[in-house]
Amino acid sequence: MSHVVSPIREKLVTGGKSYSDVTHDICKQVEGEPTKEWKWAFGISSIVFIYGAYCLFYTWWQGIGVWGLTKTVGWAWDITNFVWWVGIGHAGTLISAVLLLFRQKWRTSINRSAEAMTIFAVLCAASFILAHMGRPWLAHWALPLPNAFGSLWVNFNSPLVWDVFAISTYLSVSLLFWYMGLVPDLASIRDRATTKGRKFWYGLFSLGWTGSSKTWARYEYMSLILAGISTPLVLSVHTIVSMDFATSVIPGWHTTIFPPYFVAGAIFSGFAMVQTLLLITRVVFKLEDYITIEHIEMMNIVITVTGSVVGIAYLTEFFIAWYSGVEYESYAFINRATGPYWWAYWMMMTCNVISPQLFWSKAIRTNLMVSFFLSIVVNVGMWFERFVIIVTSLHRDYLPSSWAMFSPTMYDIGDYIFSFGLFFTLFFLFAKYLPVVNMAEVKSVMKGVSSNFPEKKKATKKTEE
Amino acid sequence: MSSTTNYILGVYDDEDEVLHAVSEVKSKGIKIEDVFTPFPIHGLDRAVGHERTRLPIAAFLFGVLGLTCALSLISYTMVFDWPMIIGGKDFFALPNWIPVSFEGTVLFTAFGLVTTFCISNNLYPGNQPDLLDLRITDDKFVMAINVDKNKKVSADDIKKALKDSGAIEVNVK
Repeated sequence: MSHVVSPIREKLVTGGKSYSDVTHDICKQVEGEPTKEWKWAFGISSIVFIYGAYCLFYTWWQGIGVWGLTKTVGWAWDITNFVWWVGIGHAGTLISAVLLLFRQKWRTSINRSAEAMTIFAVLCAASFILAHMGRPWLAHWALPLPNAFGSLWVNFNSPLVWDVFAISTYLSVSLLFWYMGLVPDLASIRDRATTKGRKFWYGLFSLGWTGSSKTWARYEYMSLILAGISTPLVLSVHTIVSMDFATSVIPGWHTTIFPPYFVAGAIFSGFAMVQTLLLITRVVFKLEDYITIEHIEMMNIVITVTGSVVGIAYLTEFFIAWYSGVEYESYAFINRATGPYWWAYWMMMTCNVISPQLFWSKAIRTNLMVSFFLSIVVNVGMWFERFVIIVTSLHRDYLPSSWAMFSPTMYDIGDYIFSFGLFFTLFFLFAKYLPVVNMAEVKSVMKGVSSNFPEKKKATKKTEE
Repeated sequence: MSSTTNYILGVYDDEDEVLHAVSEVKSKGIKIEDVFTPFPIHGLDRAVGHERTRLPIAAFLFGVLGLTCALSLISYTMVFDWPMIIGGKDFFALPNWIPVSFEGTVLFTAFGLVTTFCISNNLYPGNQPDLLDLRITDDKFVMAINVDKNKKVSADDIKKALKDSGAIEVNVK
């Protein structure tokens, strides 16, 4: 349905594409043989995955003593990586749910890959949760299951139990949302299929989709309700993650600003990761007409806004540490900025607070190379943020005789490498076997916004007459 | 749809045209079975004459069920089965239970909603629908008219009405 669209709006899909072109362009990568670049990328990520899997297996086999943890630093890279990945996993649902509710049509060509990224990032985060338990085979103890210990239940007052529920709900609801979005597009591939295998597999997963107006009407309601419940869900997840820290009594963690500060940081890092992946995907799969400069610019604007919120949170935290008059709290912050981990703190400040401010310049936020570089800088900064919060708050506790420094072992690093291997292996599999752009949604916004489209139609009409 | 049914299919290539065609065809006293489209068109279901969906009610009920289950489980374990003093709080510490109850509500709503959606639309793995036109999932909008349900109008009149309303092709299946 065409909408009333302001003429000053940029086109969402360029190149004068017709509906059929959309189907063709997106299905091409699914239907063709894997390209050489894809094979290389997949091969490298598989090797990284296998090396990481060895390190993770060794950690599970030997216990978390193989990490560089000390008496004071009981959480380090494991929880840093966990929070980092969960944060990254916020962008997909944010793009598909929050931007759906705000009727932001530009989300249609990026939501599919952003949601996929979300699911893979949450899986990476889950790997650290399992690893940091030390005995991952007892992970089900975190669930309220009847047991042989006189039915001793989990403690529902504990933020760590809240976290188990938040992350597992988030993962399963995101997966569901993503899959339901895929169904109409899988049907498109099914109906184009030339091979038996493709017809069978895409037919199986497209659930017998027909595209009837009744189904679509219900589908629209379903998407809207899923978006409505996913919006508070996505905000709840990082709020609860922040409560793992904020409900403790550790100086540097015990702050009420944590929930909004963590949520802003999560959106910030998630959008940066989506940006990194989109800039690669659009070039590799030649999707420049679908993921335009306009999309990149929009993403950069969100990065600037959330980056500024994070910056204000850092300053507020510092101010309150002084204003509270609690000397332990003040020391924790002075130690962050000037103590032995000063470099991590200033790395975080530079990457997260200063670098996104460059996007105030239109020339910078529409420059692809700069956007790509800065999106990586932001994620480096966000990793350091979590490292700073966790390690610098722990390494000097109340008893100076137990002060220590943390240095990672090859297994700390290897388990982090594992998560990258897992993430990219899954992402490349997704990019090859599933449509990377939501075709049905893109088609639904084309006529209203792509000004080329009606003109092309009118022209063909005239020649017919 | 069984293959014994006779359908006349009007194929359109524009979403606005098909939407106008629906009211035009209906005004000639022809009953439309359904319209199949590659993407959702707002107002099309109402134009065809489908009832407004009751999915939101189902979603709400699943949400209530989720909240009830979560609160029942938490209060059973924390208050009745094995009460423990944690941080000097009451056994019935409702504010602490908000996060898990909320997640339970969302989980039940999402899965209940999607299951209801799939059941009501007959969507399940392995379902091989008898598709009227393979281009529906690509770029064509297909209006299906069941001949058996339109005894009063002749097949030729139906075809003519479809053609007049802007159909680029009229097929019989």
